[in-house]
Amino acid sequence: MTTIRALVRLPAMARAGEVIEVRLLLQHPMETGFRPGADGRTVPRNIVRRVEATFDGERVFAADLFPAIAANPYLAFPLRATKSGTLAVSIEGDNGLSQRETAVLTVG
Amino acid sequence: MNRLPAPARAQPGRRALLIAGACSVLVRPALASPSAASLAAIARFTGGQPVRDSRVVLGVDAVVENGNTVPLTVTVDSPMTAADHVQRIAVLTELNPQPEVLVFHLGPASGRAVVATRMRMAQSQTVTALAQTSDGRFWRHRVDVVVALAACLEAP
Repeated sequence: MTTIRALVRLPAMARAGEVIEVRLLLQHPMETGFRPGADGRTVPRNIVRRVEATFDGERVFAADLFPAIAANPYLAFPLRATKSGTLAVSIEGDNGLSQRETAVLTVG
Repeated sequence: MNRLPAPARAQPGRRALLIAGACSVLVRPALASPSAASLAAIARFTGGQPVRDSRVVLGVDAVVENGNTVPLTVTVDSPMTAADHVQRIAVLTELNPQPEVLVFHLGPASGRAVVATRMRMAQSQTVTALAQTSDGRFWRHRVDVVVALAACLEAP
């Protein structure tokens, strides 16, 4: 069971109808599986494969990641703020990575 | 029956690569025709549908210093309503070991079609952003990027 450091950043407050930017930063090596290690053998792939975001249960964003994403993946995506609620981000990857992070959005 | 396995594809020699690298600094490569692997990746994404060069803007520097982390944004001109929105955005490369970089899935709840990330680039090449809108049509923007320090050669 792998756990990584994951940051989900949202503006503290949003007006109803406003489009906000959600920023996600993961601490992960994103080992490509193409790179030779110190012993000359290829280092096995270890990447984050999928990120999914739901807002109060409704899917609002997803991303399929490939080895060409830089180490410590950064993703920014838009979200229309309609009501206060919880944004849940699920992160899945190699070596059994499966994790869930949440952030609260306040619309006022 | 001692047949050797055929190489997956011809590998250019080290010298050819070095010369190509040196030349790419002097002469910006024109929008070359895409490689077979990247064409296959485009076909997987579009299902063979026609692609129009419009509505998508791929924001990436024309010259980047470090191929290990190349910031990029993709913006699609779309009202993002339930009737007319961007469903998917793909970023593809032509000369990385694997053409796919990322596929974003958006919807009407996104409100706007603007996404950002950081990618790796193995060498100077053309980067393609593809978008699929809810009417089933595909849109594209291609940008030539010159990389000074390639990813994969050095540890990040």
